[in-house]
Amino acid sequence: MKYSYFPGCSLKGLGRSYEESLLPVMKHLGVELAELDDWNCCGATAYMSVDEGKAAVLAARNLAIAEKAGPEDLMTPCSACYLVLNKTQHNIADYPEINETVRRALGSAKLAYNGTVKVRHPLDMLINDIGLDVIKEKVVRPLKGLKVAPYYGCQVVRPYATFDDAWNPTTMDRLLATLGAEVVPYPLKTKCCGGSLTGTVPEAGLRLTYILLKEAVRRGADVIATVCPLCQFNLDAYHDQIEQRWGPARVATVYFSQLMGLAFGLAPEQLGLKRNFIPMKPLPAQQPAQKISV
Amino acid sequence: MNTNNSNGDVRIGFYICHCGHNIAGMVDCAAVAQYISKLPGVAVSRDYKYMCSDPGQELIQQDIREHKLNRVVVASCSPLLHEHTFRTAVAAGGLNPYFFQMVNIREHDSWVHTDRAEATAKAKSLAHAAVCRVRFHRALETTRVPINPDVLVVGGGIAGIHAALTVANSGKKVFLVERDPSIGGHMAQFDKTFPTLDCAACILTPKMSAVRAHDNITLWTYSEIVKVSGYVGNYTVTVKRKPRYVNEELCVGCLECINACIFKEAKFADEFNVGLSKRKPIYIPFAQAVPPVVVIDPERCLQVRTGKCKKTCLEACADRKAIDFAQKEELVEIKVGNIIVATGFKLFDAKRIPEYGYGLYPNVVTAIELERLVNSSGPTAGEIVLRDGHPPKSVGMILCVGSRDLKTNRWCSRTCCMHSMKLAQLVREHTDADVTVFYMDIRAPGKGYEEFYDKSLKEGIQFVRGRVAEVTDWAMAPEEEGKLVIRVEDTLAGFVRRIPVDMIVLAAGMEPQADAQAVRRMFNMSCGTEGWFLEKHPKLAPVSTFTDGVFIAGCCQGPKDIPDAVAQAGAAAAEAMALADKGFIEQEPNTAYIVEADCSGCKSCLPLCPYTAILFDDATQKARIIQALCKGCGTCVAACPSGSIQQNLFEDEEIFSEIEGVLAYV
Repeated sequence: MKYSYFPGCSLKGLGRSYEESLLPVMKHLGVELAELDDWNCCGATAYMSVDEGKAAVLAARNLAIAEKAGPEDLMTPCSACYLVLNKTQHNIADYPEINETVRRALGSAKLAYNGTVKVRHPLDMLINDIGLDVIKEKVVRPLKGLKVAPYYGCQVVRPYATFDDAWNPTTMDRLLATLGAEVVPYPLKTKCCGGSLTGTVPEAGLRLTYILLKEAVRRGADVIATVCPLCQFNLDAYHDQIEQRWGPARVATVYFSQLMGLAFGLAPEQLGLKRNFIPMKPLPAQQPAQKISV
Repeated sequence: MNTNNSNGDVRIGFYICHCGHNIAGMVDCAAVAQYISKLPGVAVSRDYKYMCSDPGQELIQQDIREHKLNRVVVASCSPLLHEHTFRTAVAAGGLNPYFFQMVNIREHDSWVHTDRAEATAKAKSLAHAAVCRVRFHRALETTRVPINPDVLVVGGGIAGIHAALTVANSGKKVFLVERDPSIGGHMAQFDKTFPTLDCAACILTPKMSAVRAHDNITLWTYSEIVKVSGYVGNYTVTVKRKPRYVNEELCVGCLECINACIFKEAKFADEFNVGLSKRKPIYIPFAQAVPPVVVIDPERCLQVRTGKCKKTCLEACADRKAIDFAQKEELVEIKVGNIIVATGFKLFDAKRIPEYGYGLYPNVVTAIELERLVNSSGPTAGEIVLRDGHPPKSVGMILCVGSRDLKTNRWCSRTCCMHSMKLAQLVREHTDADVTVFYMDIRAPGKGYEEFYDKSLKEGIQFVRGRVAEVTDWAMAPEEEGKLVIRVEDTLAGFVRRIPVDMIVLAAGMEPQADAQAVRRMFNMSCGTEGWFLEKHPKLAPVSTFTDGVFIAGCCQGPKDIPDAVAQAGAAAAEAMALADKGFIEQEPNTAYIVEADCSGCKSCLPLCPYTAILFDDATQKARIIQALCKGCGTCVAACPSGSIQQNLFEDEEIFSEIEGVLAYV
């Protein structure tokens, strides 16, 4: 199974542990990933809100490179990248004037985009292409007794509910259950993590983060599983400030891919688990992990 | 061929109608009249404000007399509306009514175009075609076909019951066919009815009993229509009678067999109580079921499924011998003249809106579930309780669940506001709970309905205006612990609220039945885009369909409450009786006929006729068309390899000259 791969800035920076865990997990599942050559910033939500036309150009360049690279679907793990690339696809198709701006801009760099790239989220690939039965076969260290709150964040299912329900997504729930984890009911699974407000208006942003953490604790979760670098950062990095304002709500937040790696028997240090501010408690009765070269 | 009514030449009168601004607003009527006046054979060409008015019709008659017209063309609206009007006027003027042709320049032209010059050109072109074709019209006569007075009513809810009783009371025979084991429909599940709060069973069960007792009604429950053929006045209908494994004549409803069933525990979801209670494989749908006899669920009964049961039910029934495992599905053919379709609705599945938590949180229930809880014959004997058996201290009711919602159903289900307010009052009556109703708009437009809303307000029921965002068990404050929290933007107060309650009632809306499309095809009806059966005219023919002799009543036509359903049922019954009492139908002469000299006897037309109207005459070795059965669909005309089948009003000369006429104006 082959895919091209658009990491985006997060997976090389703040969200490094997402890539560090996702690549070996995908390899373990026999998935071949080819990182796009010379990819650039997706534009993120910030640029989109300033100038949709120009933001589309930025994103479309990545799509054009992916289209040129081959017919494979494009794996886009970061929620913001996933949304922006999807939104750009829609904008190019629905708005002739944006399409024209993009066409001209790409043309000046001797590039073109014909709209054929399929942007795929890893969760979508895991559930719909690879399949839970295949994943189950790879589980050597079931996450028995580990209570996980599945947290999807907003961007992966909104506004485009491409592979899961916008209100009650369940792909990660099913994936975690397949790994042997106990999925706690988590009604806040698509609520706002605070986004960039944690940096700009902390009073408002951190309150939203706190609500998520507190509810996970209230539900008895050992760990929160997420799919988004910004969510992971917000839920992990501000515990001191949150504690000062509202009291403790201490629970670790990791990527679903890190939990997959653990269940597949990969070594924690191979999965970027050391990078967390709030470390995940070690699994009980840890079995020896196998080493896999990346 | 003699194409003239008189001895002289063809003299055509042409009339173009302004239809107020409907046509004249987009078509230059005077210019069209002027253009047509110059065509050969046109004796008179006029434009007039309303051709369908009495003076308009009188104008045609007067011109026929004064100008010795022998052909008439009217350019106006759809022939569906006024072809009959103008044919009658032409006949009153002394001409055969089929020396008339109508041109639709309203629906086909003025209403659908925005350029006046182009619309006028199109009107000229269409009118030209009609003037060319009418020259070849011949004098034709209608024929009369007798009507079978018997009526079939499909569906035994309140609409079907009322229609059946009305027709039967007039002395006509009625077949009432119901899919479920008992008649009664949704109304039988209700506790009280708005706005009078009279008991639903008290007003419904006498009518159900009357159906069973009526000499003129043949009641077939647990039966479905599988085939309909024929035409108005003469339908042949095949009814599938499913085996209930109980002889309806012999069973007295003593229910001994149920007690004796090998299944000691009732363990299967009870349909009547929407799964809130359990039943056995042998059961009676509900206490007042009509017919009051038991039924065996073939999916659950050990004997039916495996043939290996001790059959303790048979022992209990003893000498009555009412239980009969040898029953087989039967197909029965009946003949009726008119059909009333009253197949009802299905409730919206609240699970389709996951944010309201139905199926996830046990104390989120639907309105119909609360209806059963509050009913004294229901699973809790009339106690409104949570799943843990305690009475709720607070209840939230969410309106427009699957109604007025672009993501699910766009339409208003019309009954949920009143239904929810009724349930709110009943909750207040039965418990100490606070009740909050979450609404977008309260729609209470019936007689006594606004007063009912007033009463609800005075009884202390809270109303919060806003579409509920979600139902969650995510508690943010101590008073929310263990409760269901309704998150809603209160659009009157202007902020987002969190309201904790014990029980949530979802007013699930109405949807067309799952098999509405199949039923529609079977009875040759039309559907609107939403799937409700389409009436012939939304205002002036609300219970008729586009198929003569097939009428609709109740919620299969669209969401409505009991008073409206009953009113429609009465109207449908009256329409059917009016046709039946007339005794005959006049058949249009637009039928096909064989030009015998040209028929080679190849028989290719025979299997094509959907109405089996074509026979093969062995003596002459030629095909023959039975005029009474022919519906004028034209299939055989198009298919005949030798061109020996012609159709009245659609003969080759008429069609070709019409085409020439359209093309003449460029």
